[in-house]
Amino acid sequence: MTDLRPSRQAASTPDDTPLQLVTPDGTFVASDDNARYRARIGHLDSEDLRNLYRDMVLVRRFDTEATSLQRQGELALYAPLLGQEAAQVGSGRALAPQDMAFPSYREHGVAHTRGLDMPHILQLFRGIDHGGWDPAEHNFHLYTLVIGSHALHATGYAMGVQRDGLVGTGDRTKDTAVITYFGDGATSQGDVSEALGFAAVNEAPLVLFCQNNQWAISVPTSTQTKVPLYQRGAGFGVPSIRVDGNDVLACYAATSEALDRARSGGGPTFIEAVTYRMGAHTTSDDPTRYRTAEEEQHWRDRDPVERFRTLLVTEELWDEGHAADLEAQADELGERVRSYVKGLGRPASASMFDHVYATDHSLVTEDREWFADYEASFTDTQGGAR
Amino acid sequence: MTESTVREDLTMDSHDLPEAEMPEPGTPEDALGVVGGTVPAEVDPAPDAGEPAHRGVEVPTGTETLPFAKAITAGLRAALAGDPKVLLMGEDIGPLGGVFRVTDNLQAEFGVDRVVDTPLAESGIIGTAIGLAMRGYRPVCEIQFDGFIFPGFDQITTQLAKMHYRSRGRLTLPVVIRVPYGGGIGAVEHHSESPEALFAHTPGLRVVAPGTPQDAYVMIQEAIASPDPVLFFEPKGRYWEKGTVDHATGPYAAGTTGEPGGFTTLNSAVVARPGTDLTLVAYGATVGTALKVAEAAATEGTSIEVVDLRAVSPLDTATVVASVRKTHRCVVVHEAATFLGTGAEIAARVTEQCFYDLEAPVLRVGGFHTPYPVAKIEHDYLPGLDRVLDAVDRALAF
Repeated sequence: MTDLRPSRQAASTPDDTPLQLVTPDGTFVASDDNARYRARIGHLDSEDLRNLYRDMVLVRRFDTEATSLQRQGELALYAPLLGQEAAQVGSGRALAPQDMAFPSYREHGVAHTRGLDMPHILQLFRGIDHGGWDPAEHNFHLYTLVIGSHALHATGYAMGVQRDGLVGTGDRTKDTAVITYFGDGATSQGDVSEALGFAAVNEAPLVLFCQNNQWAISVPTSTQTKVPLYQRGAGFGVPSIRVDGNDVLACYAATSEALDRARSGGGPTFIEAVTYRMGAHTTSDDPTRYRTAEEEQHWRDRDPVERFRTLLVTEELWDEGHAADLEAQADELGERVRSYVKGLGRPASASMFDHVYATDHSLVTEDREWFADYEASFTDTQGGAR
Repeated sequence: MTESTVREDLTMDSHDLPEAEMPEPGTPEDALGVVGGTVPAEVDPAPDAGEPAHRGVEVPTGTETLPFAKAITAGLRAALAGDPKVLLMGEDIGPLGGVFRVTDNLQAEFGVDRVVDTPLAESGIIGTAIGLAMRGYRPVCEIQFDGFIFPGFDQITTQLAKMHYRSRGRLTLPVVIRVPYGGGIGAVEHHSESPEALFAHTPGLRVVAPGTPQDAYVMIQEAIASPDPVLFFEPKGRYWEKGTVDHATGPYAAGTTGEPGGFTTLNSAVVARPGTDLTLVAYGATVGTALKVAEAAATEGTSIEVVDLRAVSPLDTATVVASVRKTHRCVVVHEAATFLGTGAEIAARVTEQCFYDLEAPVLRVGGFHTPYPVAKIEHDYLPGLDRVLDAVDRALAF
């Protein structure tokens, strides 16, 4: 019988080589091809570069702690970002304060770059809040669990930015871009295609940042697409670029260019960041059922954090003192993550009736009152409200 | 030929319509277009838009007789003129004015940035409306026909309905989704459905259906002013029926800017005709039917009280219950299938609250458990005068 499964490798040409500024062995790449992107990182000084590394290390420590907390039964679920630190930190650090980000549910690194204290994310995974933060406080929207839906929200938000007159004014403190994050699997959702179409015809100030981490739970990217994902943009008239998602500087440079295009009125950009989900899809997943140890080792050799540390050491920007300070900072974060999660209480049962509507709605009011009476009926035997 | 053109053409075959429930034949623009008594709107610069929302648009005042569809147009115009953050989005709503001409001329009056012809994608329309609402806008989406709302069902139920809850009240999404719904217009498949219960079953949404031009005028304004998302079902079979509209009503009535006025029509049913022998509950497309039933029954000495629900979510149970406690009998009529429909919910609630007042079980008249049938036999599917009178007789015979 004919094997109708898609081939394991999507069609690929030499032109599909991702933008790279740092090789997997930690060597800076200076070529004519990447000159315009090198210019995009020219203003980063030694401390900026060290901070990109610190971001990635802290994000990874958060990730490790959260994964452990789930294994200890403290979290219902967790979606690790292990391996995607460079894609998230590089793109996130390219954003301006007024820019708005629409994440999927694995963007803990982007959250960190937006100034959101990462432990807050765990309210969602602890099961005490469907969100957990104020989107307006950090210009970082809530996580969206339905794959690809938020790409349209980001597009609409960007259309609102246009109507607010905050595109192409030339004022860098005002011109505003919107970025949305999603994965390779999401590119198969109609909403992502509709977002590309709506953003393109409206010339919306939007960056569609696809982290192709090779796996949509157990299904490889080759099941989602016959062409490299960055080529999706061309059919919509959206400029597109493929970057090495494990190269924090390439991600920063490509995102910076796309954001400037958006802010100046040049419309949307599609970025495919080629990376790898080194951990499980979520803590409920078992990657050994669908991928090989050899593949995982292949990508461990391209680790985004280690790669950048090598570069910093080679360039003599990182010494043992820096390392010791960062280790202490990471330990402090780890401890804070643990104590924060364990200190999260249980919401009052009746809070389920809050915020269903912004205005009074009789069906909710009836149910809330019924529940209060029901709860009160137990006070004799339970000694008070539960 | 675009898909939209096809959709429009397929619905304009009105020569096979039976007499009862029948809209006036011909194209919508033949029957509509009644506008009178206009005065220039007051120029009131919006704080953050740089120029007034209405830019010299003429907003009518006083009262006038308008077809149902044009009452909605008038309500949309008032909202666009009153609040620069209000914008309309949908397929063919620009130069064409919508396939039913409900947005007729509004793009010319308010510009392409506020009356937006979108790509042909319902999920995209609603998904981008959600994003616009997050940025502070008040989008009003037009879904071309009831049966085409389903590509947007995911955005409506998983995102629009839940964002306020998900954000613990930090985000509100004042999005209105206008849906021409219901049958009786001789259309092809997907053009005559009544899916309101699917949305009423989703917490976080308000679901309303006006039954008169005056209610349509006020309710569209209240829907736009509502901080909560509203599914606004327009009985398209009634689009050409006329009624008196008072332009001084509604939150965007001339000279006002959409301050919430208590949302009376979005929360409360109204007794459309008082009576003593039986309560007939209807909304949207069946309000007119119910009033005709009451008229016919009166000639036989039966006094029917007609309750126009106006909203399916929230359901104004109190008004229905008060009526049934007086009449002791209740019949519910809607075009949607009766199984798990609005009538089933009303029957349950009336039974719970009026058990000892009832002289008969609550009866339902509505669509059957079939897909909406072909146009040639749709009037045997729809709850017309005879089927409702039959239910009235059965209730009275108990």
